[in-house]
Amino acid sequence: MFPNPFQYYAPQSLDEIFQILDKYGDEAKILAGGQSLLPMMKLRLAAPSVLIDVNGISQWANVNAQDQSLQIGALMRHRDWEHALDSRVPLLHSTAVHIADPLVRNRGTMAGSLAHADPAADWGAALLALKASVAIQSAHRLREVPLREFFVDTFTTVLEPQELLTEIRIPLPQNDAFVGARYFKLERKVGDFAVVGVAVTVVLNPEGVVTDAGIGLAAVGATPLAAVNAESLLRGQRLTLDLVQEAASEAAKESDPITDRRGSEDYKRAMVNVFVKRGLTAVHKDWQLQMDISA
Amino acid sequence: MEQTVANDRIMVHVTINGESRQALAEPRTLLAYFIRDTLGLTGTHVGCDTTSCGACTVLLDGIPVKSCTILAVQAAGHEIETVEGLEHNGQLHPLQQAFWDNHGLQCGFCTPGMLMTTTALLRSQDDVNDDDVRRAISGNLCRCTGYVNIVKAVLEAKSRMREGG
Ligand SMILES: Cc1cc2nc3c(=O)[nH]c(=O)nc-3n(C[C@H](O)[C@H](O)[C@H](O)COP(=O)(O)OP(=O)(O)OC[C@H]3O[C@@H](n4cnc5c(N)ncnc54)[C@H](O)[C@@H]3O)c2cc1C
Ligand code: FES
Ligand code: FES
Repeated sequence: MFPNPFQYYAPQSLDEIFQILDKYGDEAKILAGGQSLLPMMKLRLAAPSVLIDVNGISQWANVNAQDQSLQIGALMRHRDWEHALDSRVPLLHSTAVHIADPLVRNRGTMAGSLAHADPAADWGAALLALKASVAIQSAHRLREVPLREFFVDTFTTVLEPQELLTEIRIPLPQNDAFVGARYFKLERKVGDFAVVGVAVTVVLNPEGVVTDAGIGLAAVGATPLAAVNAESLLRGQRLTLDLVQEAASEAAKESDPITDRRGSEDYKRAMVNVFVKRGLTAVHKDWQLQMDISA
Repeated sequence: MEQTVANDRIMVHVTINGESRQALAEPRTLLAYFIRDTLGLTGTHVGCDTTSCGACTVLLDGIPVKSCTILAVQAAGHEIETVEGLEHNGQLHPLQQAFWDNHGLQCGFCTPGMLMTTTALLRSQDDVNDDDVRRAISGNLCRCTGYVNIVKAVLEAKSRMREGG
């Protein structure tokens, strides 16, 4: 199988990309890891006449921590988080190991995954939970969009054809805060997209009070979702069993799955409940362990 | 800036198994087909052609990737390793020998991909256990062996390579 013919460009700078985008408009497509776009082009589900390979944009292959935020360049690949654990954002590692298979992770990028906007995208759920935002740039403007306003519909985001996603920004907790996180994914077989994916990340103070909580859901809606009501139940509270159960059923209510061959609507909702409960319980255990060690 | 008009072919230079090669490729030519049909190295297999099976795995700058899901033009200027590069002076690579000795293959279709993925694993990690191997090959499907002998072969190759210095 091979794609329809196209013109290939491999620019080395943003200026060059913008020139090509200006010339070809929405006939052109960005090629990052190619792990969603090339399979679609081979199946002729996509047939752009111009392909702009951005793998030569070296400034995008960096991560910086600045002003209490982690800034992740658009060319950081899934594998970069698979092999690294940042204790300020443990959710990144915990999620990365569940995405696709190791070979796909070696190529696929976080930015490509967000731009592709598959409702089952694991990064979508995780980065919603982390309250990330994305930097979006065109030849004429630069804007920052919270991820919670980025996904519009299945495979649709606020990105315009002339725009690039250049960076993902994740707010970092205070240095001394305890951060616990889990990513749970129900899949039919290894390497498959989620039947249900749940990302949980919680910041706790030494008294065990939740100072920040994020819950992201994959494959249970038209886009990845944030369980905002469940999150606000948790904020300012201690993680008691009752509260954990209440938040889990709230998250299940907020999910919006459909029945398909991967499972029924009820089943998927029940799994959201189970995973949120499991995630919060695990984080609470991590915190207790941490307190025991430092005591 | 590299560019072409549709259907026009671009000269692609690669280093493959240590050898410098160049040939023309259409932008839409996938690396797997460039390696097999243009460069004539048919050890790399195409199984599913839909990014699912890993039979087409090659190393691109040392990293295992599915060569059916990367364009040949994207490999220009880069280093590729395929299964043909494993044997040395007519001697099988210790991994290949261990696959042979442990019945790590039956039909052999998945084997080139398995070998490339596990080559990268053994290079990157001094110590590997059963879990590491299973995780590493989770993108490489085998319809014959049930994986047990593949895992055994990789672990044995690792200890032989360590003994061999
Ligand atoms: C077998 C298989 C299994 C998979 N399983 C999973 C899974 O379990 N979970 C999961 O989350 N994903 C999964 N994926 C998808 C994978 O994570 C992709 O890597 C990801 O969806 C797209 O990232 P990419 O870098 O490969 O993007 P590409 O395929 O290169 O691009 C995807 C889209 O994003 C656009 N784009 C890319 N970068 C930018 C940018 N910087 N600015 C603007 N637009 C951009 C492209 O134009 C294109 O439309 C799987 C893929 C395969 C092949
Ligand atoms: S042939 Fe490339 S993954 Fe199956
Ligand atoms: S040996 Fe036949 S597919 Fe693996």
